[in-house]
Amino acid sequence: MPVFPFTAIVAQDELKLALQLVAIDPSLGGVLVLGDRGTGKSTAVRALATMLPSMNATRGCPYNCDPGSAPGGCADGCPRQAGGDTVVDRVPVPVVDLPLGATEDRVVGALDLEAALSRGERVFSPGLLARANRGFLYIDEVNLLPDHLVDLLLDVAASGENVVEREGVSIRHPARFVLIGSGNPEEGELRPQLLDRFGLALEITTPKEIPVRVEVVKRRMAFDRDPAAFLAEHAASEAAATRRLVDARVRVRELAVPDRVIERAATLCASLGTDGLRGELTLIRAARAAASLDGSSETNERHLVKVAALALRHRLRREPLDEVGSTVRVDKALEEVFAA
Amino acid sequence: MSAYIAIADVHPAPASVRDSVAWDEVALMARLIAVDPSGLGGLLLRGRAGPVRDQICAWVQGLLPAATVVRRIPVHVSDDRLLGGIALASTLRSGRIVWEQGLLPTCHGGLAVLPMAERLESRVVSQLCAVLDRGVLTLAREGVTAEVPCRLGLLVLDEGIGDEQVHVALRDRLALQVDLDALDARSIPAAPTQQEPLDDVRARLQSVTVGADAVTAMCSAAEALGIPSMRAALLAVRTACVHAALGGRTEVAEIDLALGARLVLGPLATRIPAPTPADDDAAQPDASDDAGEPNEPEPNEPESNTPQPDAPEPDAGPTDATNPDRDLQPCDDEQPPSTSGLEEIVLAAAKSGMPDGLLGALNVTAASRGATPSAGQAGASRTSTRGGRPAGARAAALEDGTRLAILDTLRAAAPWQRLRGGGVSSGPNDMRRIQVRREDFRIKQFQQRSETCVIFAVDASGSAALERLAEAKGAVEHLLTDCYVRRDHVALIAFRGTAADVVLPPTRSLARVRRRLADLAGGGTTPLAAGIDAAMVLANESRRRGQTPLVVMMTDGRGNVARDGRTGGAAPNDDALESSRRLRGTGVPSLVLDTSPRATPRVRLLAAEMNARYLALPYCNSAGVSREIRQLAQGGKPCR
Repeated sequence: MPVFPFTAIVAQDELKLALQLVAIDPSLGGVLVLGDRGTGKSTAVRALATMLPSMNATRGCPYNCDPGSAPGGCADGCPRQAGGDTVVDRVPVPVVDLPLGATEDRVVGALDLEAALSRGERVFSPGLLARANRGFLYIDEVNLLPDHLVDLLLDVAASGENVVEREGVSIRHPARFVLIGSGNPEEGELRPQLLDRFGLALEITTPKEIPVRVEVVKRRMAFDRDPAAFLAEHAASEAAATRRLVDARVRVRELAVPDRVIERAATLCASLGTDGLRGELTLIRAARAAASLDGSSETNERHLVKVAALALRHRLRREPLDEVGSTVRVDKALEEVFAA
Repeated sequence: MSAYIAIADVHPAPASVRDSVAWDEVALMARLIAVDPSGLGGLLLRGRAGPVRDQICAWVQGLLPAATVVRRIPVHVSDDRLLGGIALASTLRSGRIVWEQGLLPTCHGGLAVLPMAERLESRVVSQLCAVLDRGVLTLAREGVTAEVPCRLGLLVLDEGIGDEQVHVALRDRLALQVDLDALDARSIPAAPTQQEPLDDVRARLQSVTVGADAVTAMCSAAEALGIPSMRAALLAVRTACVHAALGGRTEVAEIDLALGARLVLGPLATRIPAPTPADDDAAQPDASDDAGEPNEPEPNEPESNTPQPDAPEPDAGPTDATNPDRDLQPCDDEQPPSTSGLEEIVLAAAKSGMPDGLLGALNVTAASRGATPSAGQAGASRTSTRGGRPAGARAAALEDGTRLAILDTLRAAAPWQRLRGGGVSSGPNDMRRIQVRREDFRIKQFQQRSETCVIFAVDASGSAALERLAEAKGAVEHLLTDCYVRRDHVALIAFRGTAADVVLPPTRSLARVRRRLADLAGGGTTPLAAGIDAAMVLANESRRRGQTPLVVMMTDGRGNVARDGRTGGAAPNDDALESSRRLRGTGVPSLVLDTSPRATPRVRLLAAEMNARYLALPYCNSAGVSREIRQLAQGGKPCR
């Protein structure tokens, strides 16, 4: 199943930036994409998967665990737990699509039906959360997902661990993944409590300019007609983008954030009245990831400005009936802070 | 071939000619969809079931090669049947997992027919959308995780009336639509035929090329018509390609583009293109006058939303959706010189495909965005066997949609094993099977959160407006904030003049409620009875959807228009009291807010007849009102 290449996506720069940022620094904690239909949300997320470099994984481990990590970090079912020899595989970063209509047992994992019925044994059969470990979990129409599933997903995403206590199975296993949710707010709003549990949030709209729209249609048609040729045409730019991501990932840990940038971030958050420190942390981390994507040697104010709306717009104390969009409020605050 | 381009023609064609033109177009759509079901997404047939619809379905099926799979997907299809699931009986019999293929993957390469599509649950809609987008079905159910190829087209049968319509997300992915009410059942022509084998046409479709200016023209037309989705332009171009392939061309010609624009973009238009923004205002009133013979299924239920007082009345006579002489845009011939000839042609063609009575239709679509009624709304504080928070298991027969609680089932079966001759395992290597019988089945139960629908009926009459409409609006706004936190659905009814309008059908989008509320103008007489009736109808409707309705009535109680529109005398007041008693009969909890400057016995009497709580607005702040609503939602007794 060929996937539309990431670098061939026209416009939607903020979306592409957000996805790359969380790929560089997974601790940012997920992206929420809200917007119209037919704007390339799903396309971008699925394309990201193919652009990410492959990773080392223990063969046979249902959780794709890193062979380099401490063996105690994995759970039952991993060959390393059993103490046997392990083989290292190069595997693509998993991007797991959570289909609507997925049953809870497939998401968290459940009793292995076959083993239970035929042998009467209690064996844990890992679910989607196990498969998404060290990768991405994508939920289209997250606002339509039953509330209890959203609660569960956010809880696991925040803790990095999936605790299963059901049907007589008791197991905990690593589930570190980046949650990407998309949806159309016109079809139902996400519970406000859940909004700020996503690290970054953005609103996406259809491009209005005719030339951009024409380009979208053209590329889509070219891809549909001959996927292989289209992929080959974009192979070079994809490879370059992958290299940039890999470099950025390595650099991001060492990248310095000067105190003045941290101060600016704090001032910005204070003037917007965001609750708690999560906003500031995410803002600084996102700025740092943006800097490393740029190839800069240091995080500066420009990077802060670039990611401010992404990191903060969903954290503003929200009057549901407020006419002014939160993006506008962030922009205003940015102007004030940087004018001072 | 009916791929003509709309040209202003002042003389309306005779009815018989128009009918045959409309039917020609439907026949062409059937041929298009038969060539490329998955590329075009599907065909939407909107209107009542009947010979016309049956005929069109038969046409499409008749054109498809005999081996093509066409399956009906019932509206309440369970995930097991739609996507596939464990065939429980054979699984239990054989002791290993036996997978039963779902309806969607069965339709691979063919067509799925969706009757009563306006009632499809959102979970089914999202599955269909995912399949249309990707051509594969991703499974993650009951121990199976797989990707199954699934390229198909949909024949969507939308029987919605008024606001009810197929989910917008699904509509967005379908290229073609037919308005059944515009077709005359008496003049059904012979079935269309396809001389050239479909395989040849499909092969040619692979090599059809589209010029860059053609794509530009289509995108410009989509933009001019106010179609935000990128899919529309893509589908329009695709339709043009299919049409070219059908016509034996390998390059998309002008008529192909015109047809794509007319069939795909026309029905989706949300605004009437005007050459200059200044003309925009001028164009609209004309178009609304023009809407004298609507072909949209007109709302004929009392709760239907017709925000415009001058909205067209239902017209039984069949009209022609593709009438070329319909001049929606009076400034047609003043196209700016900057647009190329091709763009003009495409735009003109798209306009000719625009439905009659566009403005009325626009209001309907705008109002029902996001409020698509669905059969799957969570029920009011009830225990469900389908979804929600797990709440134990109970013994019951396995039905569609219920989920087996395996451990409980095994536990129930365990004590009987020796009697059934299976025997309890005697050692670790004993692999004898456990016998599970029907009476052992335990199914999972889930607790579903109850959903509340708060219906605000606001008196927007002159008497109320003068005094306290602004204050009432303020109170509603505050309540909305509260509803937002509790994720209630909210509906808004305004009554003034001679009738009550559902300004907004139940929605969760608070921003929209707020907008509508701000736009609400006061003035006119007070049709109090009509207001209460409208609230009752809406309450009943929301109850049918499984919600718990609440009615919040804001009035000064000075009803002066009776139900039949008469003013003066005792009739208005009597009617209002009678409506109140009827509302009481439905048992819907209600709250009456007195908006008159001084609390009057009139409103208190109304509340008493309604068995509603009574609050006088001057004496209660909005926090108090929202507390009352909360208590009401929890089933508290009325205090007076």
